[in-house]
Amino acid sequence: MFSSTKFNFIIPIISVILGLVAGAIIMLIFGYNPILGYQALWNGVFDSPFFMSETVNRITPYILTGLAIAFAFRTGLFNIGAEGQVLVGWVAAVWVGTAVDAPAFIHLPLALLAAAAAGAFWAFVPGILKAKLGVHEVIVSIMMNYIALHITNYLIRSVLTDNQETTEPVKQTASLTNDFLIGLTGSRLHLGFIVALLMVLVMWVILERTKLGFELKAVGYNQHASNYAGMKVERNIVISMLISGLFAGLAGAMQGLGTFGNAFTNTAFSNLGFDGIAVALLGGNNPFGVVLSASLFGFLKVGSLNMSTAGVPNEIIEIVIALIILFVASGFIIRWALLQLKKGEKK
Amino acid sequence: MLDILYSIIPQTLFFAAPLIFTALGGVYSERSGVINIGLEGLMVIGAFSSVTFNLLYADALGTAAPWISILVAMVAGMLFSLIHAVATITFRADQTVTGVAINMLALGFGVFMIKQIFGKGQTDFISQPIYTTDVPFLVDIPVIGNMFFNNMYITSYIAIVLSFLAWYVLYKTPFGLRIRAVGEHPMAADTNGIKVYTTRYIGVIISGALAGIGGAVFAMTISQNFSISTIAGQGFMAIAAVIFGKWNPLGAMGAALFFGFAQSLSVVGSSIPLLENVPQVYLLIAPYVLTILALAGFIGRSVAPKASGVPYVKGSR
Repeated sequence: MFSSTKFNFIIPIISVILGLVAGAIIMLIFGYNPILGYQALWNGVFDSPFFMSETVNRITPYILTGLAIAFAFRTGLFNIGAEGQVLVGWVAAVWVGTAVDAPAFIHLPLALLAAAAAGAFWAFVPGILKAKLGVHEVIVSIMMNYIALHITNYLIRSVLTDNQETTEPVKQTASLTNDFLIGLTGSRLHLGFIVALLMVLVMWVILERTKLGFELKAVGYNQHASNYAGMKVERNIVISMLISGLFAGLAGAMQGLGTFGNAFTNTAFSNLGFDGIAVALLGGNNPFGVVLSASLFGFLKVGSLNMSTAGVPNEIIEIVIALIILFVASGFIIRWALLQLKKGEKK
Repeated sequence: MLDILYSIIPQTLFFAAPLIFTALGGVYSERSGVINIGLEGLMVIGAFSSVTFNLLYADALGTAAPWISILVAMVAGMLFSLIHAVATITFRADQTVTGVAINMLALGFGVFMIKQIFGKGQTDFISQPIYTTDVPFLVDIPVIGNMFFNNMYITSYIAIVLSFLAWYVLYKTPFGLRIRAVGEHPMAADTNGIKVYTTRYIGVIISGALAGIGGAVFAMTISQNFSISTIAGQGFMAIAAVIFGKWNPLGAMGAALFFGFAQSLSVVGSSIPLLENVPQVYLLIAPYVLTILALAGFIGRSVAPKASGVPYVKGSR
C-alpha cells in the first residue's frame, strides 16, 4: 500500500507525465513531430542564460500569486481576485518607484511595501464583506478585478503620466534589477525571486508555526467548530484575505520594479492571478509545493514560446498545462489505478 | 429622456443576452451540486465553434448560418462540459480545480484549432452575423414599441423567455425537484431513488449547452470573430450573476440584465446630459461598484446550494 504522503508526490508526477504524453499525441494527430516540439521547449529554457533568467523572472510572480491563492484556500476562501490585486500592487510599486526620491535601502522596501499594502487593501474589501455581511467573496473579488483594471488604467493615464499608455521607468533606487545579474546573463533577471522565496518561508511559518496559522486553518476546516472553540472567525477571514492580497500585491511589484520596470495600461487581465489558481492547486496549497508548480508553469510557458521554431503552435502547452491540472484533480482515479496495479502484482 | 431609454434598453438587452444564457447554465450546474468555474471556458468553446462553423458554411447556408452555428456551439459546449462532469462526478475531482483547468483547456484548444484551420491566431469577421430586427406590429406601439421592439436582437428575446422556462422547470417540475434535491442533500435524494450521478451529469451538461449558446450569441452578435481575447471575463461575470441572483434562474437573469444595463451606460453614458461631465473612469467602474454595493446593501448573505462543491460518494455518511 502507498501511504497518503507518498500519493501526494506520485500523483502530480504521474499527471505531468500523462499531460506531456497527451500533448505529444495531439502533436502527432496534427502532423507535428513531438520530439522536435519538446526539444524546442527544452531549448527555449536551457539553451542560454538569457532564456533561463527569463524563466526565473516568469516563475517569481507565479510563486507569489500561487501563495496568495493557496493561503486563502487554506482558510476556506477562494481569492479569485489575485488578478486585480496584482494590478494595484504593480501600479502602487511603480508610483512609489517613480515619484519618491530616497536611498535604495529605503526606496526599494518602501515600493515593495506600497505594493503589498495596495494588494492587501484590494483583498480587504471582499474579506470584510464576507466576514461582516456574508457576501460571497468570489463575486466581490471578480468585481474588484474589473475595478482594479479600470482604475489602474486611469491612474497611469491621468496621474502617473500625462495621457501616456506607459509610465517612466522606476528609479534605480527602487529597482529590483541588479547590474551584476544583468552583466552575468544579459537579461533583466532581477532579485525578485529572493522576495518570492522569502514569502514562501513567511507563509510556511505563519501556517505551521504560529497560533494565527492554526486558527486560520481551523476556520478553513470548520467555521462552526472554530467559532465554538472561541476563535474569532470573522477576524480570521479578514486577516487571511489581507495576507493573501499582500502576496498578490508583491507579485505586481515583481513586474513593476523588476521584469518590466514600469507600468502600462491594459485592455485585459495579465492572467497572473488566474494562472495563480492553477499554480496553487497543482502545488497542493502548500508553500513549497507552490514553488515547484510555479517552476513547472514558468518553464512550460517560457519554453513554449520557442516551440514555433519547430513549427508547433505554442497553445499546445496551454492544453498540456490544463490536462496536467485535470489529472491532478482526478487524483482519485490515478490512485485507484495504482492500487489495482499493485494488487495485480501480488497475485 | 425617452430617447435615452430608446437607446439604453436595446443596448442593455444586447449586452445581457450572452450573460443570461451562460448564467442560466451556471444555475443548473450549481443547483445540481457541481460548481462550474469553467463557464468561461465553455463560452470560449461556444464562440470558437460557432465562428468556425459560420465561416466555413456561411456560403452554403445563407442567413440560416448563424442560427445553425449557435446549435453547433450548443452541442460543442455539451461535449466539452462532459470533461467537467466525468472529472468532478465520476472521478470526484475538486470542482474548482477542474473548472480552472476547463478554462485553460478551452482557450488553448480554441486558439490551437483556429491556427490549424485558418493558419492564424485570429479569425476573419463572419459574413453572416445575427442582425437586429424590428418586431412587426409591436414596433408600432407608441413609446413601448421603440423601447422594446425596435432594433432588437431576437437572441435577447430568446434569452428572457428561456429564463422563465428555466425557472418553471427548476421549481415546478419533478425533474427540477430532482436537480435541487441532489444539490442540497444528495444522500437523501439517493435514498429516495433519485439517481444522483445521472442527475448531476444532466445538470452539468445543461450548463455546457447554455454556456455554449452564450458564447455563440456573444460571437454572433457582439464580437463577430474569434481570437484569444474574444471571451475575456464574460464567463466570470456570468458566475457573478449566478451568485448575485441567488442561484435562481430569474434572479440570475435580473443580475445579467443589470450588468448589461451598467455596461450600456458606460457606452451611451457620454450622450446623456446628466452624465456627460462625469469622468469616463467612473462610468467604467460603476457596474462593478454598484454590484458590490447592492450585494452589501440589500441582497446580503448568499448561500450556495448545500452540497455544491462536494463530490457524492455512494454509501458514505
